[in-house]
Amino acid sequence: MYAQMIQSTGKGVKTLDEMDPQERAFQERINAGGKIEPKDWMPDGYRKNLIRQIGQHAHSEVVGQLPEGNWITRAPTLERKAILLAKVQDEAGHGLYLYCAAETLGITRDEMYEALHEGRMKYSSIFNYPTLTWADMGAVGWLVDGAAIMNQVPLQRTSYGPYARAMVRICKEESFHQRQGFDIMMKMVNGTAAQKKMAQDALNRMWFPSLMMFGPSDEDSVHSVQSMAWKIKMNGNDELRQKFVDQTVPQAEYLGLTIPDETIKWNEEKGGYDFAQPDWTEFFDVLRGNGPCNQERLQTRKSAWEDGAWVREGMLAHAAKKRATRLAAE
Amino acid sequence: MSNAALFQTLLRLGDNTLVLGHRVSEWCGKAPVLEEDIALANTALDLIGQTQMWLGYAAEIENEGRSADDLAMLRDVWDFRNILMVERPNLDFGHTMMRQFLFDAYHRTLLTALKDSTNPRIAEIAAKAVKEATYHFERSAETVIALGDGTPESHEFMQNGLNLLWPFTGEMFECDAIDAEMAAAGVIPDPISLRDTWIALVSDTLTEATLAIPQDDFAHKGGRTGRQHTEHLGHLLTQMQWLQRAYPGANW
Ligand SMILES: [Fe+2]
Ligand SMILES: [Fe+2]
Ligand SMILES: [Fe+2]
Repeated sequence: MYAQMIQSTGKGVKTLDEMDPQERAFQERINAGGKIEPKDWMPDGYRKNLIRQIGQHAHSEVVGQLPEGNWITRAPTLERKAILLAKVQDEAGHGLYLYCAAETLGITRDEMYEALHEGRMKYSSIFNYPTLTWADMGAVGWLVDGAAIMNQVPLQRTSYGPYARAMVRICKEESFHQRQGFDIMMKMVNGTAAQKKMAQDALNRMWFPSLMMFGPSDEDSVHSVQSMAWKIKMNGNDELRQKFVDQTVPQAEYLGLTIPDETIKWNEEKGGYDFAQPDWTEFFDVLRGNGPCNQERLQTRKSAWEDGAWVREGMLAHAAKKRATRLAAE
Repeated sequence: MSNAALFQTLLRLGDNTLVLGHRVSEWCGKAPVLEEDIALANTALDLIGQTQMWLGYAAEIENEGRSADDLAMLRDVWDFRNILMVERPNLDFGHTMMRQFLFDAYHRTLLTALKDSTNPRIAEIAAKAVKEATYHFERSAETVIALGDGTPESHEFMQNGLNLLWPFTGEMFECDAIDAEMAAAGVIPDPISLRDTWIALVSDTLTEATLAIPQDDFAHKGGRTGRQHTEHLGHLLTQMQWLQRAYPGANW
């Protein structure tokens, strides 16, 4: 998802009886559906995992501006330009909520940026794919925001209070994102032959990368079990992927588009679609930095940060001067 | 009052917001701090929203079956009526914010006057837009002050931006036959009458920002009249209009 492949720091999941009283009280509170707040005691692993997860989610929102920003200046109508600007502005806002949530765990936004720029922290693999035509703006909203919603809705109930509250605010805006994407697709499939071709091409390229957003199967992963016990992960990766496919196949049919997977078939027994897994070798290549846009996306962010250093320093210097003048006046 | 003159006046208003909105949107995802990413996207969004109103009305006045989108996406350089300043490339963040500030101070002053236009549609649009322009002005002025009076390096960026942009400010107060006709009918204020308010607004902020106002009064002109744009506008349109040009008649 926006936080893929988060490796938990725990060695295995302890039973309540193996925990000391403090940790046991913490776990029991989570089990009872209670929220952990910044000032509460928490195990080191919980804190570290959350920082990685929320930080990666925040970075995804920020880097996620770039593939859509790629089309803002080429949006075909004033209305589309305005909608896309509003959406991308939302995504930057999501980044802000999430950095603030992560900061309550004792890390600064600047430290997280540094980790991103040095490759120690990641962002979602999906943003390392290019947006090549206007239909990609449709596909991103429809599929990428659609997949994000699958993951983010349950996270509104996550155990860490500031994260849960950030998710509530974010989820309110995400449904608009998906709708505007689907709306673009509708226009494309009802348009000229060239537009239909663009729409199909976008789906062809985006389908498997969207499935990758949920991460590889985590059925047997110790990390996942720990995260689930802590309620910082609410569902298994396969479970969410299945939900996403079940939701998306009828939408593709409605659009008259063909999902680039010949094996897709309704499975009465399981009450869901059978479908092909994405190429996980490609997924790990992208994570290692070899996706089509990794280098550019990261370089764009690094350059923005470096070119903006004088601005941040100037603003800090001015704020310090104002503080000094105020103090002198008192 | 002729419709032709009114049409030109509306293009002048709408092309300013369209072209500046485009420039500001180029910052998407690349601002120095995340709060600025949000603010710049918000500014661009406001400007594009205003464009829809101005060009929408312009299209009605023209009455030749063109829409606001047709005006934005299918005119060539010589038919654009924005001032040259807004089509200048962003360069660095200092230049971008200085341009925004100089424009916002003008825009706010102009829209405040347009609220009293004898043309009710213009008055109505101006009443909506002036709220946004006022907010933009407060924000860009704050940024200019902070960076002008920040570090020696940030001061230099802002002073350079101001020096580069100053010769492009005179065009805002230029008055030609179209303006004279519109001003006589009370549709717009005489552009020259806006200058004192603008100078006062701008000087206050620039003084607080410890920046020196250039003394040369030379003004580059030709955008508002369409006589001669900069080379930059053609490239901007190449990008902005590409889809509409490449796939004529498609619905998006
Ligand atoms: Fe998102
Ligand atoms: Fe988001
Ligand atoms: Fe979104």
